[in-house]
Amino acid sequence: MIAEATTTTWFYACNVQDVPLNGGVCVKYNDVQIALFHFSRRNEWYATQNECPHRMQMALSRGMIGTLGEEPKVACPFHKKTFSLKTGECLNSDECAIKIYPVKIEDGKVFIGVE
Amino acid sequence: MNILIIGNGMVGYKFCEKLVAKSNSNQFNITVFGEEIRPAYDRVHLSEYFAGKSAEDLTMAPASWYAENNITLHLGDPIAQINRTEKTVDSHKGLTVPYDVLILATGSAAFVPPIPGTEKNGVFIYRTIEDLEMMTAWAKKAKKGAVIGGGLLGLEAAKAMIDLGVTDTSVIEFAPRLMPRQIDEVGSNVLKTKLETLGLKILTNTNTSQILGDDAITGMQFANDSKIDVDMLVISAGIKPRDELAKLSGLTVGQRGGIVVNQKLQTSDENIYAIGECALFEGMIYGLVAPGYEMAQIVADNLIANINNSPLGVRSFSPYDMSTKLKLIGVDVASFGDPFANGEGITSVAINDTNKGVYKRINISADGKTLLGGILVGDAEQYNMLLQTVKNKVVLPPNPEDIILGSRGGEEVAGAGITGLPDDALICSCEAVTKGMICNSVTENNCETIDAIKKCTKAGTGCGGCVPMIKDLVTHTLKANGKIVHNVLCEHFNYSRQELFDLVKINKLKTYDEVLNMFGKGDGCELCKPPVASILASLWNEIILKKGNDTAQDSNDRFLANIQKGGTYSVVPRIPGGEITPDKLIVIGQVAKKYNLYTKITGGQRIDLFGAHLSDLPNIWEELIDAGFESGHAYGKSLRTVKSCVGSTWCRFGLHDSVSFAIKVEERYRGLRSPHKLKGGVSGCIRECAEAQSKDFGIIATEKGWNLYVCGNGGSKPQHALLLATDIDEETCIKYLDRFLMFYVKTADPLTRTATWLNKMEGGIGYLKTVVIDDALGMNTQWEADMANHVDTYECEWKAAIETPELRKRFSHFVNAPEEKDPSAKFEPMREQVKAKDWK
Ligand code: SRM
Ligand SMILES: Cc1cc2nc3c(=O)[nH]c(=O)nc-3n(C[C@H](O)[C@H](O)[C@H](O)COP(=O)(O)OP(=O)(O)OC[C@H]3O[C@@H](n4cnc5c(N)ncnc54)[C@H](O)[C@@H]3O)c2cc1C
Ligand code: SF4
Ligand code: FES
Repeated sequence: MIAEATTTTWFYACNVQDVPLNGGVCVKYNDVQIALFHFSRRNEWYATQNECPHRMQMALSRGMIGTLGEEPKVACPFHKKTFSLKTGECLNSDECAIKIYPVKIEDGKVFIGVE
Repeated sequence: MNILIIGNGMVGYKFCEKLVAKSNSNQFNITVFGEEIRPAYDRVHLSEYFAGKSAEDLTMAPASWYAENNITLHLGDPIAQINRTEKTVDSHKGLTVPYDVLILATGSAAFVPPIPGTEKNGVFIYRTIEDLEMMTAWAKKAKKGAVIGGGLLGLEAAKAMIDLGVTDTSVIEFAPRLMPRQIDEVGSNVLKTKLETLGLKILTNTNTSQILGDDAITGMQFANDSKIDVDMLVISAGIKPRDELAKLSGLTVGQRGGIVVNQKLQTSDENIYAIGECALFEGMIYGLVAPGYEMAQIVADNLIANINNSPLGVRSFSPYDMSTKLKLIGVDVASFGDPFANGEGITSVAINDTNKGVYKRINISADGKTLLGGILVGDAEQYNMLLQTVKNKVVLPPNPEDIILGSRGGEEVAGAGITGLPDDALICSCEAVTKGMICNSVTENNCETIDAIKKCTKAGTGCGGCVPMIKDLVTHTLKANGKIVHNVLCEHFNYSRQELFDLVKINKLKTYDEVLNMFGKGDGCELCKPPVASILASLWNEIILKKGNDTAQDSNDRFLANIQKGGTYSVVPRIPGGEITPDKLIVIGQVAKKYNLYTKITGGQRIDLFGAHLSDLPNIWEELIDAGFESGHAYGKSLRTVKSCVGSTWCRFGLHDSVSFAIKVEERYRGLRSPHKLKGGVSGCIRECAEAQSKDFGIIATEKGWNLYVCGNGGSKPQHALLLATDIDEETCIKYLDRFLMFYVKTADPLTRTATWLNKMEGGIGYLKTVVIDDALGMNTQWEADMANHVDTYECEWKAAIETPELRKRFSHFVNAPEEKDPSAKFEPMREQVKAKDWK
């Protein structure tokens, strides 16, 4: 992939303990809905668009996370399409990829990077 | 050797891929000229552009791939002329490049019938990404659409119109039926009805005489003088091979278009080949990608064999199978082999289930031994299998109709399964991968998953239609190799549900993570979390959202409600036995009004309130619980309802009080987590108004007591419950039920209803009786104690959720704006209530 030289703005999403362990929440950023996941088992954080591209449902944050091999993924609660949390790629059918966002944790606070 | 390829479409690209894959570098000097500005992309999946795929997603290989493989790629520069004597080509931009071998892969263009007005704005064809970009822009202001052409591509275009939001779209077909080249009249009628339910209008036998409007299209006029209003039209009436360049340079072309080629795909000039949709072979244009790929492969193989002086014989192209399966439209349609075969002795068997909208036809050879072809509409699950049966001339079973009717005796139809296929059966026609190659990669290269097979053989990477077959082949080969195809949960657990159930119990594990640490590997997934969470709930009966088990629950369990279209939820309070007081009815009404919920009486004798926002759920339940309601577990794999009939309290035929018994049973088993949902029924007499015999357990009053039936099912494969015990009293009935349910909870696979569980049980109902009544397993005391424990520890989980602040907090849409609702949840009014807005 080509690294793009865009500037990332970090916004404060919530506190670490607001996100369920091994689960997700939906974060509002202006008019954008972002799904934020704490994959606590792997000590990893991920953020993706909240909308599932399959039927355009704002639901990925309520999906179940897990892995396929080493790849962390989320399954949409509607029809169980799964998406890589790392690349956004759809793993079990050919839905288009979802957008992913960088996440960082500072002092128990979760920040999501947007362009 | 200089190889020059004109056209960088799907087949042109595939040719490059095949050539570089097998040749040594420097053997060939490859140059490609493409007219489009992008490197070749997947035209077959073009429509997915509307579902959000980008041009990059569809790209077959990026420009860098060509560079890495020393292929010179000129894009946006069509070839204007071929100078056959000098063996050079001139490009539009003025380049002149020499060739030793020239490959024409110019594909085809949409055929536009000579109807006056096709030049108007708002009239489109459907072939390139640019076409789609223009359609997308125009569709924003279009309301009424039409598609000329009811064939494969036309229907795909019609679906695209719906996806673009032009939902009022008509399909106009000149022929008397849809997909005239693939399906017969009956099939077409079934398809038509199905498409109409998608909202399309279908006009067959309709000949467009004029496109109306000044600059932009406003309507269409037909030969029968009728008119319709249209502000967007897609013409998809067939293809026209791009043979103009070939014609200009004096190559032989067919009367109705297409560059004539021989078996080696050579044109009338032996140094020039034509492959893909521009090639005319034995009077036929192959408008599908698989035969195009086959042509690419053959030419590449022959060129390589030639340059290496390989002794291998020259490969030649032969008439190609044109079987197809329609994709995307939301209705299964497939035709394979010769769909219309008729002739002396040839018989056709057809089923036409107008109720389900399913039509299947197979054509059988005169000797009754082989399948010649057929048609599937409404249900094309058997497509791959049938196609293989045709292609490999697999000998048919004695009653060939079984292969479409499904075997009725419960046994597998012999001869028609994958086992019957020869090793050289072509499974993936896009990538020319045979059954033998797939089985081999399982055995030799340990490819045990679809993904591994895809990587190893490329099978399944084209249109993807063969993936289900690959799956079967993998399972089958593993079995044949003596590898136990264990009924395991998923890649994270090497155990079946039943094994895990025992392990969790013996080790007293209480959380998903403990189970995973001790008996699994990796980090879990959506396949193993719900069954493990269900096992934990069945065993320990703790509130399912506690101990970090909440995120291991299926989304519906995690939010204690079923998610519905638009992302809102439904609320179903328990109404045991269907009995409810007027006061409680009033409360339901008030709550529904307050939160603007759609209310409906369900098939389970209770009331469902739909359209609740996530953040309203705790408030709604708080009010319901205050009024004495509790969770109905409509979201859980657990007891749903015990239906009752009014029984002896009012009914003149009632033998016993079926309502009281139903309430008692429902309250006993409420909240019991099980492999799948559970439903019961109690009828007051054999008139059976509670439909108890269609439930997982059904109780029917007799003169002397109750008859107990088990393992019935509604759903897609209805099955009547079987009699377990006769004329028993209430106490015995409950005892048997306790045992029966615990046996099921302990041993069934995930998502297996009691009926399916019994169907798979060796010994069937006879065995079940010995276990439940005669204690053949010696487990009954244990199971009764387990059930008693369940009854004692039952708690309404909604009550727990609203009373526990950290659980309640989870019921908000935005973590950083908990008071705001999801703005994307939209409703539409309907009959004085609301409904969810349809999804795209
Ligand atoms: C609301 C209701 C339809 C109605 O308007 O009447 C309904 C609605 C749903 N049914 Fe049902 N079923 C409803 C009665 C039935 C019945 C009739 C009955 O219970 O007497 C049946 C056939 C009987 C049976 O189960 O054997 C039935 C067979 C199914 C099936 C097929 C089960 C099977 O074994 O094949 C499913 C799919 C599944 O569970 O996997 C299903 C699934 C569903 C789901 C959960 C689908 C979903 O995931 O969204 C629907 C959820 C509605 C919701 O959000 O609350 N529903 N469903 C009925 C609720 C009953 C209740 O009060 O709880
Ligand atoms: C919407 C749609 C859905 C389809 N669905 C299916 C399906 O489900 N299954 C299936 O098997 N097939 C399907 N097809 C057909 C499939 O896409 C074609 O069979 C396949 O693309 C043919 O490949 P090709 O390389 O021969 O032609 P093309 O892909 O058309 O490529 C030819 C290329 O050559 C270029 N060209 C032409 N003339 C010149 C010139 N003089 N100089 C340079 N370049 C030139 C063209 O611009 C074009 O880019 C579908 C087609 C469409 C449009
Ligand atoms: S029958 Fe189908 S559509 Fe109707 S409620 Fe049940 S699951 Fe939903
Ligand atoms: S809406 Fe997400 S899988 Fe269907």
